[in-house]
Amino acid sequence: MDTAAILKKPSSKKDYQTDRVTTPKERIFNILIFIILFLFALTMVFPLVYMVATSFMTKNQILSGSLTLFPDPILIGKYSEVLKKGQFITGILNTIKVEVPVLLIGGFTSSLAAFAFAKMEFRGKNILFLALLATIMIPFAVVMIPQYVLFTKLHWTNSLAPLIIPGCFGNVSMIFFLRQNLYSIPSDLMDAAKIDGCNYFRIYYKIFLPLMKGALGTQLMLWFMGIWNDYLAPTIFLRSEKNWTLQVVIRSFNSYYAIQSDYALIMAASVIAMLPTLVLFFLFQRMIIQSIAISGIK
Amino acid sequence: MSKNKVKVQRSAMAKREERWAWLFIAPPFIGFMLFMAYPIVFAIIASTSKWTGINSLWGNIVGLQNYIKIFSDIKFWKSMGTTIIYMIGIPIGMILGILIAMGLNRKIPGKRFLTTMYYVPVVSSLVAVSILWAWVFNYDYGLLNGIYKLLTGMHGPNWLGDEQMVKVSLIIFMVWKGLGGTVILYLAGLQNIPQDYYEAAMIDGANGWEKFRNITLPLLSPVTFYVLITSLIGGFQVFVEVQVMTPSGGPNYSSATVVFYLYEKAFTNGQLGYGSAVAVILAIIIFIITAINFWGQDKWVKTID
Repeated sequence: MDTAAILKKPSSKKDYQTDRVTTPKERIFNILIFIILFLFALTMVFPLVYMVATSFMTKNQILSGSLTLFPDPILIGKYSEVLKKGQFITGILNTIKVEVPVLLIGGFTSSLAAFAFAKMEFRGKNILFLALLATIMIPFAVVMIPQYVLFTKLHWTNSLAPLIIPGCFGNVSMIFFLRQNLYSIPSDLMDAAKIDGCNYFRIYYKIFLPLMKGALGTQLMLWFMGIWNDYLAPTIFLRSEKNWTLQVVIRSFNSYYAIQSDYALIMAASVIAMLPTLVLFFLFQRMIIQSIAISGIK
Repeated sequence: MSKNKVKVQRSAMAKREERWAWLFIAPPFIGFMLFMAYPIVFAIIASTSKWTGINSLWGNIVGLQNYIKIFSDIKFWKSMGTTIIYMIGIPIGMILGILIAMGLNRKIPGKRFLTTMYYVPVVSSLVAVSILWAWVFNYDYGLLNGIYKLLTGMHGPNWLGDEQMVKVSLIIFMVWKGLGGTVILYLAGLQNIPQDYYEAAMIDGANGWEKFRNITLPLLSPVTFYVLITSLIGGFQVFVEVQVMTPSGGPNYSSATVVFYLYEKAFTNGQLGYGSAVAVILAIIIFIITAINFWGQDKWVKTID
C-alpha cells in the first residue's frame, strides 16, 4: 500500500500535498486537530442554533431561568405571528424595492465601467481608476451627515430614493473585480470586433457581458447581501416608518418586544431576516469564499 | 505619405474610442462626485460652523471652535478610548484565525464543511446577530449566564450592564462575527505557499516551530498586513452592534464608540456642525492608516520573491 502511494504521481501542484504519504503519527495528530476544529466550529454556530431554538419556545420556558435548549412544546406560532405583522412584510417589500433597481441599474453601470477600464484605451485611464478605487477607503460615517442634508434638501427622505439612487451609479468594488475578471479574457476579441466595425456598446453587450456572466453573478450576490443587511444608511435616511427596510424593522421589534419579554418573537423575526443571505451563502459558498480570498491576496 | 494617412486614421479611431470610454465610466464618476467628493468638502466646511440644520450654516461660522471643544470633550475621548479598547479583538482574531487556518490546511476530513461553519457569522445580518447576542448576554435568562450557573451554581456577570464587562462582551461579539473572514484569508495565504519550502526545511532538520517562524509567518505577512489594516479601518467605524446591544451607549456611556457619539451628536442632538467636526477627525485617522498601508507595505511585507 505504501509503495502504491509512493508510486502514485502527484497529478498537479495542488494535489501534491494531499498525495503525500501521511505517517500514522501524523494521522492521529490530524484527527486530534479535526476534533478541536470541529468543537470550536460548533461553539461558533451554537449561538445561531440557540437563536432558532428560542424562536420555537414558549415564554414560560424562556423565562424559567434554567438552561434549556430543546423547545418543549415546539411552538411555530411565533413565525406566523411575525409574518402577520404588516410592518414586517412592508420591511421585506421595501428591502426588495431597493434591491431590484440597484442591482439591475448598478450592475449595468458597474460592468460597463469595468469593461471600459479593462478593454478600452483612453487618456487618464490608470489615474481615473485609482481615484475611483480610493473612494472605497472613504468611510460612510464621514459622509453620512452631508448626505443626509443633501437628501433632505432634495426631498428624498420620505421615500426609498436615498438608498436606491446612489447605488444606481455603480459600485466600486464590483468594478474592481469585474475589471480583474475581464483581464483574463483575451483582447483579440475586442480587436476583431473593432475591425468589424462594431460599436463599443455592442462589443460590451454582445461579447463581453456574456463572458463575465459568472463573475457578475457572484458580485451581484455579494451586493445583494450587502443591501439586505444594511442598517446604518436606512436608519439615518428613512424618516417615515412606512419606508423602513427589514433590518430597521427587526431592530425596532427588538426594542419593542424586549420590554414584553417576547424573545421568541424577536428571535423568529431575526431568523427570517437572516434566512435569504444564509441560503444564498450555502448555495454559492464556493464562489463567495473564493472572491473574498482574492480580495486579500490582491 | 501612406504612413501619415494611417496615423491620422488611427487617431480618429482612438479619439472615438476615448469618447465612448469616458461615457462608459461617467456614471460611477458622477456618483462619486455627488455622493462622496461633494459631501467631504461640505463636511469640512460644516465642521467650522455652529450649524444645527435649522439655522444657517454660513451665518454661524466659528472657525476651529468645534475642534477646540472636541479636545476638551470628555464624551468624545471616552468614546475614542472605548473604540481603541475594542481593537484588542483584532490580534485575538488574527491569532485564532492563523491557528484555525493552519488546522484547516492539513489533511483533515470535512474541510469545506468546517470552513462554512466558521464563515456563517460573517454573512449573517449584523443587526440580527447583534439582537441574538444581546439575548445571549442577557443577565437573567441569557445563554451565557445559563451555562455559568450550570457550571458554578452561581449567577453570572452582568455582561451588558457593567462598565467593564460590556467592553469584554462587545470584544467577544466582534471576534465571533469577524473570525471566519480572517480564517478564509489566511487559508488562501497558506495555500499559496509552495510546498517545496517546507520540504527543504525538513531536509535541513527544521522543527515545526522553526518552520512556522521562518516560513509560514513571513510568507503570510501580506495577509496579516491586509487583515490588520482593514480591521483597523473597520474598528474605527464600529456602530451597529453597539447601538443594538446598548441603545444608550452602555452604563455610564462605557460602550459608546466614536461613530456612536458622532451619530448621537448629529442625529439625536441636531449638532450637525459639531458632528461634522468629529467626522473630519475620523476621516483624518482613517486617512493616516491608509497612508501607512500604502507606504509601509514594502517595508514590512515579505513576498515569495
